[in-house]
Amino acid sequence: MHELSICRSILSQVEDIAKQRDAHSVTVVHLQVGALSGVEISLLQSSWGIASADTIASSAELDIEEMPIIIQCDSCDRQSEATTSKLVCGHCGEWRTKLISGDEMLLRSIELER
Amino acid sequence: MCNSCGCNITPGNEHLVTQDGELAHTDSGSETVEVLQNLLHENNHQAIHNREHLDRHQVLTINLMSSPGSGKTALLEATIDALGDVLQIGVIEGDLETENDANRIRQKGVPAYQISTGSACHLDAHMVHDALHHISIEGLDILFIENIGNLVCPASFDLGQHLNITLLSVTEGDDKPAKYPVIFRTTDLMLLTKTDLLPHLDDFDPDHAEQNLRQLSNPAEVIALSSRDGDQIEQWVQWLRSALKQYRSGDHNRGHTSQSENRPHQH
Repeated sequence: MHELSICRSILSQVEDIAKQRDAHSVTVVHLQVGALSGVEISLLQSSWGIASADTIASSAELDIEEMPIIIQCDSCDRQSEATTSKLVCGHCGEWRTKLISGDEMLLRSIELER
Repeated sequence: MCNSCGCNITPGNEHLVTQDGELAHTDSGSETVEVLQNLLHENNHQAIHNREHLDRHQVLTINLMSSPGSGKTALLEATIDALGDVLQIGVIEGDLETENDANRIRQKGVPAYQISTGSACHLDAHMVHDALHHISIEGLDILFIENIGNLVCPASFDLGQHLNITLLSVTEGDDKPAKYPVIFRTTDLMLLTKTDLLPHLDDFDPDHAEQNLRQLSNPAEVIALSSRDGDQIEQWVQWLRSALKQYRSGDHNRGHTSQSENRPHQH
């Protein structure tokens, strides 16, 4: 259950930005999270309310875009979508692939009111 | 993650940074600020500093991860027995409670510092930074960081290590890499431990464990051993010596630890 630590880290970054912009509230926090990031979206959502209480983002919505797992094959060079436990090429079956997307844990943007 | 520099710009989000200006206004009148930073930005920033500090002292630092009870401390004891006379080893121990593991290591004559996390399920870069103030790394060759026994949470936190090693004991099941892909996908070595118990188990096949690791597109070496048998750990000891040699020759990118934003900062 490391999602609470992650929420605190997000809030620290959000508070810094809000302060720099002289904002009085943060309305939305947009994240991108991939299934291979090790972050569980539902746990992040449930931790958010606890972590954001009494902060400038206490009423902010946490908007999380789940990123698909996309791999590129080292052998046939084609891209395919994969699952968390099977990162083999969907075209030729080669296991040597590169992860193109799916391990994101990104604070994309925030919406604030000044 | 970007493969060339380790940043967080991916084909899925690069349009955001190519749009004009970092500010956009929504219909409601609120202001949108593009950030594009890792969720663990502060941790990763600290991890970069830890790694720079360790690099200045040329200390190969290894993050040991596994389930509770898969034999991390026993492996360290056997490693110290085998290498303690030729290499200077230090250990940072992570546990929720007790000083037990650090005491076991100290009894081998090796400096050890115990981090007690209370209820936290993983070590983070700040805890390791604090620990580095309590253990002298001057003259060390290898520093092991024994993470909290947990196959989930430690995988997300860069500590400043150079290599990740994940232990899988044969009593746990050979499908663990498929069940915990985040941690096994980025491990630089998978150690199958407690192999002296294999004759008593009919449901653990080392080849299956390796196949499950390959399904995660991880080419990492797999070494099977029993820490109770000094003869069996020779391959592991050789792997360590070769990793140290490679590290000291300046090949820092051997590992997968670039999970954070560290690549552009490596020296």
